[in-house]
Amino acid sequence: MAERWRHLRSVPEARLLGAVVLLSVILAITTPRFATVQNLMDLATSTAFTGILATGLLVVLVSGGVDISFAATASITQYIGLTLANHGVIGWSGLIFVCLLIGALLGLVNAVLVSTLRLSSIIVTIATQSLFYGLLMSVTKGQDIYSLPDWFSEGLHWVFYTDSHGAQQALNFQIVSLVVVVAFTWWMMSRTSVGRQIVAMGGNPEAARRVGFKVFQLNLIVYCFMGMIAGLASLVHAQYVQSVSPSALVGRELDVLAAVVLGGASLNGGVGSVPGTALGVVLLAVLQNGLALLGVSSYWSELCTGIVILVAVATMARQRAHRKAVLQEVVA
Amino acid sequence: MSLLHPNRESPTMATSAPFATAITAIRSTVGPTNIGLLGLLIGLSIFFGSIAGPQLFSGAGLRSMAFQLPELGLLSLAMLIPLLSGGLDLSIIATANLSALAMAWMCTHVLPGSSALTSTLWIMGALMAGLVVAALVGTVNGWLIAYLRVSPILATLGSMTVVKGVAVGLTHGGVISGFPASIRFLGHGLVLGIPAALLLFVVVAMPVSVMLTRSPLGVRVAMIGSNERATSYAGVDTKRVLMRVYLFSSLLSALAGLVMMARFDSANAAYGESYLLVTILAAVLGGVSPTGGFGRVSGLVLALVILQLISTAASMIDLGQFITLSIWGATLIGVAGTGALRTWWGKHKLRG
Repeated sequence: MAERWRHLRSVPEARLLGAVVLLSVILAITTPRFATVQNLMDLATSTAFTGILATGLLVVLVSGGVDISFAATASITQYIGLTLANHGVIGWSGLIFVCLLIGALLGLVNAVLVSTLRLSSIIVTIATQSLFYGLLMSVTKGQDIYSLPDWFSEGLHWVFYTDSHGAQQALNFQIVSLVVVVAFTWWMMSRTSVGRQIVAMGGNPEAARRVGFKVFQLNLIVYCFMGMIAGLASLVHAQYVQSVSPSALVGRELDVLAAVVLGGASLNGGVGSVPGTALGVVLLAVLQNGLALLGVSSYWSELCTGIVILVAVATMARQRAHRKAVLQEVVA
Repeated sequence: MSLLHPNRESPTMATSAPFATAITAIRSTVGPTNIGLLGLLIGLSIFFGSIAGPQLFSGAGLRSMAFQLPELGLLSLAMLIPLLSGGLDLSIIATANLSALAMAWMCTHVLPGSSALTSTLWIMGALMAGLVVAALVGTVNGWLIAYLRVSPILATLGSMTVVKGVAVGLTHGGVISGFPASIRFLGHGLVLGIPAALLLFVVVAMPVSVMLTRSPLGVRVAMIGSNERATSYAGVDTKRVLMRVYLFSSLLSALAGLVMMARFDSANAAYGESYLLVTILAAVLGGVSPTGGFGRVSGLVLALVILQLISTAASMIDLGQFITLSIWGATLIGVAGTGALRTWWGKHKLRG
């Protein structure tokens, strides 16, 4: 039993889960509002955008790359998609399709450049981020779209619970998208051949190539997937804030990266899991929600987030060093 | 700035042997990357010169470039040193802003007396305060990276958030402004027709360049960037070197913060955030290897001049500020693409 407990403690996901549960219990006791259905639904709705993007970015990190351009991609998909929707050309399904398609195309650009330029993916995607974002801002002149089609502003709702006062609790577009993306990505990464190949490629690209994996095709899948995820996330965001602003999303890339890293993914590739990422996102979201509920000024929430990130990365680095020392002892 | 008129070393004069040897010598000291960048700069100068007309290279045009270059220049230097060591410093902008806020607070809040001597001393004190704040951030970064073995991206991502968090928390997102004339002079003043901030950049960049190429520390930084373990086996105290790398990076950020606050006449927790990724872009365009080990200050300066030329030209022909960002990104992709194409072509010829 003690052995199993020690093993569990060394699993990063278990430690994260412990942190989330501990934080939630403290918040549930100290603030009356935290553990209400309403608050948790609001929390899930507002976190969906980050959560969806983090799941996509995880796949890129596991493959051994980084993508910085996803926020620029999302800004483009939401602008084009909702401009078309405003002209009455497309409805819900058309809108989602267009956003996924444009996201995939922009991801294709990243994939081709990453595969051919022999530059690290972080540099390539910084360049494409500048390229995409600059073009979007030049074409749109930075103008926001405030009036959206009624059916889009209305959103999608699936009522699952009506309480005695007649107040309804409904799953909305944000939450459903988040759940679908997380479930699909988890399935893809752990249960399909493509997903396992992506993990293997991230672990050792040269070995993957020699074994006969089609590295270019895998990169294509990874970056197009990230682009499509960005496309969907852009709709989730636009529906949530009820407007489209071309400059609203760019600059949040590193926050998403922080959440994924907090979830245990390595920047060297090959390491990282969907549940871990989800827990990383949840931890940061619960932390900020909790600080707000406890009445801490929102000006200090960024500092708290930063401290959590620093403590987490330092702990992970120490563990890795410890594991290495143990391994060396065993070898010697 | 002689860099803007680089065609003095025109190869068309290579008719006799002494000239040829001189050109070979120049070529080997300037380096292939810088020759490529010079070519790109000349090409872009001709291209934009013919579109925007002669006012691009008029006194006003050159001066506007010279006023804008130093802040991105200092920030890029702050990014260059960690990049050479095989790392990255994402906290430079946050550090620049926090030190600028510290300096600004000192300058505006606790000015003792109004005599020239005390206020000058106090301004020096304010600068010291900014540098001390930056040194603190740099030490924490270095400690995380060198001793706790946290990967540089993650360590500085965390410290970036903490440092910005402190700045936002203390100022509530507000602005500190109203500086003494000497600080405003750094942002807007001219010395012999040259912007004061540009002089500061030159005065900082030259010793950094010498340090990186000629000093034991600089060589060790590049060695770590090429192969950290081999460097450590060669008897170099890599931890100490890394500590200094991130200390220098933060101190340079503080200077960039000083220039930013002088130019904007104010300090804020969120100024210049869009510069963060651009500094990496500039460094890589300047021939700095993103995996570390290779890169020169001269290449970075050339890249900065190219980026600044694009930016000024784009605003002169009324393309808007954001198309600049696009062209910057496209330039990097284009330069990298040409390199990849050349390697591919070389292999092709070998096989054929």
